Amino acid sequence: MGTSDCGHICGESSPGVGEAGRTGEWRTSRPVVDNRKCTPARKGVPMCFLCWLYCPEAVIAKTVPPRVDMEYCKGCGICAEVCPSHAIDMVEEAGFVP
Amino acid sequence: MSPTTAVNLNEKEYLLPGNRLCPGCAVTLAYRHILKALDGQAIVTVPASCLTVLHGMYPTTSVTVPCVNTPFASTAASAAGLVAGLRALGRRGLTVVAVAGDGGTHDIGIQALSGAAERQEDFIYICYDNEGYMNTGNQRSGSTPLGAVSGTTPVIGKRQHQKDIVAIMEAHGLPYVATANASYPLDLYDKVKKAMSISGTRFIHVYTPCPPGWGFPFSDTIKIGETAVQTGWNVLFEIENGAFHLTAGSQAVARKGHLRPVNEFLSLQARFGHLDGKNIQELQRWVTARWQHLIERAQMTQGSKLPATARTMPPKCAEQP
Amino acid sequence: MLDGNAAAAEAAKLCRVQVIAAYPITPQSPVTEILSEFVEKGDLNAEYVTVESEHSALAVCCSASMVGARTFTASSSHGLAYMHEMLHWVAGTRLPVVLACVNRAIGAPWNVLNDQQDSISQRDTGWIQIYARNNQEILDSVVQAYKIAEMVYLPVMVCYDGYVLSHTEMPVDTPSQAVVDRFLPPYKPHTVLDPGNPKNYNLVTLANPRVNAEGVLCHGYMELRYLLQEALQNSAQAIASVGAEFRELFGRDYTGLLWQDRLGEAEVAIVAMGSLAMEARVAADSLRRSGLKVGVLGLRVFRPFPKSEVAQAVGHCRLVMVFDRDISYGSEGAISLEIKSALYRRRAAPVVRNFIVGLGGRDVKAREMTEAVTKSLASLKKGTPDSGHPEWICEI
Repeated sequence: MGTSDCGHICGESSPGVGEAGRTGEWRTSRPVVDNRKCTPARKGVPMCFLCWLYCPEAVIAKTVPPRVDMEYCKGCGICAEVCPSHAIDMVEEAGFVP
Repeated sequence: MSPTTAVNLNEKEYLLPGNRLCPGCAVTLAYRHILKALDGQAIVTVPASCLTVLHGMYPTTSVTVPCVNTPFASTAASAAGLVAGLRALGRRGLTVVAVAGDGGTHDIGIQALSGAAERQEDFIYICYDNEGYMNTGNQRSGSTPLGAVSGTTPVIGKRQHQKDIVAIMEAHGLPYVATANASYPLDLYDKVKKAMSISGTRFIHVYTPCPPGWGFPFSDTIKIGETAVQTGWNVLFEIENGAFHLTAGSQAVARKGHLRPVNEFLSLQARFGHLDGKNIQELQRWVTARWQHLIERAQMTQGSKLPATARTMPPKCAEQP
Repeated sequence: MLDGNAAAAEAAKLCRVQVIAAYPITPQSPVTEILSEFVEKGDLNAEYVTVESEHSALAVCCSASMVGARTFTASSSHGLAYMHEMLHWVAGTRLPVVLACVNRAIGAPWNVLNDQQDSISQRDTGWIQIYARNNQEILDSVVQAYKIAEMVYLPVMVCYDGYVLSHTEMPVDTPSQAVVDRFLPPYKPHTVLDPGNPKNYNLVTLANPRVNAEGVLCHGYMELRYLLQEALQNSAQAIASVGAEFRELFGRDYTGLLWQDRLGEAEVAIVAMGSLAMEARVAADSLRRSGLKVGVLGLRVFRPFPKSEVAQAVGHCRLVMVFDRDISYGSEGAISLEIKSALYRRRAAPVVRNFIVGLGGRDVKAREMTEAVTKSLASLKKGTPDSGHPEWICEI
């Protein structure tokens, strides 16, 4: 196949999701949101969103309730640490079906 | 104008998921919000650094903002070139933003930065400071603190205090100099937004704790950054045309009237694991002295807005272990 | 009457350069001064960035060129050395930056006078290198440099001897702005810095090609570098065609990559580059008067090195005398190495003798060149074996 389809004459990169692959494969534990504790989930209105704010990877959607993109979540656990309602638990990845 | 909150903050992301940086990286978090503030109307230039890795490897990048990668020493010159090129072509409305680490700012990049600042080049220079050359595995930089263990200070630890890059940049007479911290993303966002409305060379120092480099769990990044502010290790302020204001967490500390002992920050990190009492005492002295100085500056601007206790009560010092 | 620096500056002005970033260094400083005067007086509408170092000068030109501006810089000696990594970077990004190199010796120890070690030391960086013999060629080469550079997306270094040319006034025909405008169309960048179509330039590459987000297998580092070499090899054609166009509009012929003087029937060829090629013609004339069939090969384009043209021009000679105002330490003169490489496949290749001359501004007289020819011919006759090392002519 070769690289003859590539028209670049210098190192020009284009945006793409998953540049480092499926970074969800990195994690050893994943965030699980308890909608009974999560404030926007409980009240049904947009509020708090600190998990969304502090997620370095931008893999939490600013929805009600907030949703984590498991394809790319690296499992850092920051969301669980910052949630003021302690609504997020970091659960061992081994317990989940791939 | 209503304050920026997590709720009203713009949802649009310029950072795509699945990038190459460590879990819990404060640089990723800071950059995510810097790009939000720039809101697409920018060209970024970046030297060799962790950010280069975040940007990804050819032919794919994990950001949706035009970017020029440049050799290590030349960040500010590259930014000056973008400004000159845009002006020559009559392209208006774009902000040029240089984003470099402490290595690329305090050390190898300082000449180009100082030159550009002296010429008052019209761009924003953001230094993200993880206190070492972290991209290459944590070798000491001019920003590595006294006593910290690193790849190149592996046994004795660094023997000098870190370079005060903010004071150096302030000495260039810039219209806007500010410090920020990834643990205070709204404050960072606001500062970038403010900087965008100002002409000339604008300098923002962003404190970005590094889990693998400093030796703490990557879930604790936000806590580490907050502890840095609460102990006075990192002070959040902005200087607009010479007028000094404390902001965000540092404003809260000033109102509280005292600093938490610096050892509460140091003890959370493996890089300080071997510090002896003398080092800790020296670090406390240094942090306290700087805080005193900054409080006095804040009083000159903010005066009565600070509580009386901030003016008269000295910060609580660490007990010797 | 213009000196070499004024000719270079005038050419940059005529080419309507848009961003200039240059740091002063002897003997280039007048270029920076003349250009800043053009800009401040309004004769040239350009952004002039008074950078704090040469490394920054080329970094400014690099990013400005990526935005789409036509850029210019100039340097010499240590300044050129200081921007070494940026020379690689600009070539690797395929940017049509034009740099005037005022040839000066490199320390240690300090020397501000002429030799060609500075630009020769940068021959591996991927820049086109053109050497001027006189001030007219300086002006003409800078003007052509932009057209060549912007056609093939390669940076061009126009080199001229410090003091010998830079500070010596000569008659120079300065073309009109209108003619240069006809010759040189606006620059069309291949780089895109547009928030509406965000691209990220010069990220880390791996050894092997990688697939991009659209599923296209993109070049690896080696492929991109292959394209750089290919572009340099092919640029010889562009240089010639631009030279022909230049002749049509300006009346001076630059179609050849070499200056050839009576090489057709020559038994001995003298090879030199830059102003030394003019001195070589004086030496050749003197030798011809004593009956020797001598020709002169003035190298104009050093990169891409015109191997086949050189082989064609001097391959039939008995003796090729290469005078290098430089040396690749540990080996021999860089020009000599190139000439030998060009002659490699010739069946009956001439003897090539290398002479190191004129380092650090040591004057090179035609008489010394003629003596060198005579001595070499004598030793050839005697059958004295070649030492394998270059000879040095240090006479004062």
